[in-house]
Amino acid sequence: MQNNKRVLKGTHFEMGNWACTEGAIAAGCNFAAGYPITPASEVANRLADRLPQVGGTFLQTEDEISAICSAIGASWAGCKAMTVTSGPGISLMQENIGFGVSTETPLVIVDVQRFGPSTGVPSVGLAGDIVQVARGSHGDYQIIALCPESPQEMFDLTIRAFNLAETYRVPVFLMADGFIGHMREQIVIPEADQIEIKQRKIAEPAESVLDRQDFLDVNVAPMPVFGRGLKAHVTSSCHDEHGMRNLSDPAVMHRYAIRPIEKICTHRDDIIQVQADCADAQIALVTYGTVSRSARAAARLARKEGLKIGTLRLLTCWPFPDKEIRQVAEQVDDMLVLENNMGQLYPYIKAEAAHACHVSFLGPQTLGQIHDPEFIFSHIKELIA
Amino acid sequence: MSQTDLTIAGVGGQGSILAGVILGSAAVTYDDKYATQTQAYSSELRGGFAATWVIISDEPIEFPRVTHPDVLVAQAQDSINRFGEMLKPGGILICDSDMVQEVPQTIERQFRVAATSIARNRLQAPVTANMVMLGALCNVTQVVSRTALEKAIAKAVPKGKEQINLEAFNLGFEQVKNM
Repeated sequence: MQNNKRVLKGTHFEMGNWACTEGAIAAGCNFAAGYPITPASEVANRLADRLPQVGGTFLQTEDEISAICSAIGASWAGCKAMTVTSGPGISLMQENIGFGVSTETPLVIVDVQRFGPSTGVPSVGLAGDIVQVARGSHGDYQIIALCPESPQEMFDLTIRAFNLAETYRVPVFLMADGFIGHMREQIVIPEADQIEIKQRKIAEPAESVLDRQDFLDVNVAPMPVFGRGLKAHVTSSCHDEHGMRNLSDPAVMHRYAIRPIEKICTHRDDIIQVQADCADAQIALVTYGTVSRSARAAARLARKEGLKIGTLRLLTCWPFPDKEIRQVAEQVDDMLVLENNMGQLYPYIKAEAAHACHVSFLGPQTLGQIHDPEFIFSHIKELIA
Repeated sequence: MSQTDLTIAGVGGQGSILAGVILGSAAVTYDDKYATQTQAYSSELRGGFAATWVIISDEPIEFPRVTHPDVLVAQAQDSINRFGEMLKPGGILICDSDMVQEVPQTIERQFRVAATSIARNRLQAPVTANMVMLGALCNVTQVVSRTALEKAIAKAVPKGKEQINLEAFNLGFEQVKNM
């Protein structure tokens, strides 16, 4: 694979969806499957164009269920695999998101979120899936979800999503939205050797799967990918460390459910990223995704008038940045949570912060249109008065 | 911080959004500025509303929405009806006088350019009316340099159509010289 085709070094003025595709290719993605949906189609379109140029494969499937299943299969064949869709597609994928979690499959799922519920408005962005990606499949589990705020971050965080998926053998979501997916801005792509790329650990051959730990290691078991002469057993039903199905031993059931959760939680400090700009702040504006840009502009307006306003931005929404939120809550008098929805993460944030400060929520004036900084600023003035 | 917020609007098929993409691309690629471009359009292939919002700045852009533009480029009456009231006090309106009949009296700084008839009669290419408007915009606002825009146009239009689009741009540029 030639680096000059894989990494389009330079400054570009392109859509967030373009940047996401280039991030995937730069990260080494060599298989993608998808079904077209606004506002995510440009990612699939460009992947269909770009993947063959770097020796990869794009598969347009008959629906989103088939898309995620194809991507899971490709990942088990050793590919760096992804799928891309919007909210309605995520709803269809939920059953197999659980399959990916259960079988500890590295996988990137790009969600260019749109206005719902249901078919809603295809071209308008809304942070409507932020809880469903973490809690939408049945059972108890943890996933990773990253929240970009710009086309540049759709490049950077797509690479990070692949690296986290490979490192922790887990589905990783990139939670973009229709607004930044379709927004054009400058995108700076560095030299290939400036981009850090992670590869999964692969299992060594053994006489029997019973001589090997393929699953349920808190520090991530090497993956017994297919097609390399390894005998392996993979099932989404309850299984032990060797992948052998076990529906009778409660101790195995316990480990089957909690080890993948512990795997994420143990490494949460490596996974979770936040940006806190809260020194001396009385009020912290807490955001994720596109709304973060409104919050920073509002904080700048408020500081010009001498108000001590800070910002806390969650680049990682899942696993939930509980410790980081508590730390800021203990420094400030007020937390104002801003989301482009009616308060999906708000209860989670409030649960971590309400012991230390007053916590409230502000949605946008018009749902789907990110908050006007002036609107946030006038709300801050009311909060202080 | 120098920042200009623009709205370019028309009806589907007039190329308003392409004009916005070219403007942003010129700023970022050739003028070393920052730009953000967003858009909205109805689902009709032609005749529905279409608009693009472009922010051009010397510094990274925080809030990416245009709520009250400094400049409104209107390629249709519908664009004035939809976005005229949002123009900042003292803001500039550049409109295609072939397509716009009524302009609110409150907008003082107006530039009327017969973009569609210039494109049709002088270039026999009415589709280049958006480039005529870009030329006028460039001369009136100087938000992006003329050279940058010319390079961005040549890069964005289909191969073999560079010259006619650059001519349209030049005609628009000249049109507002003595206004």
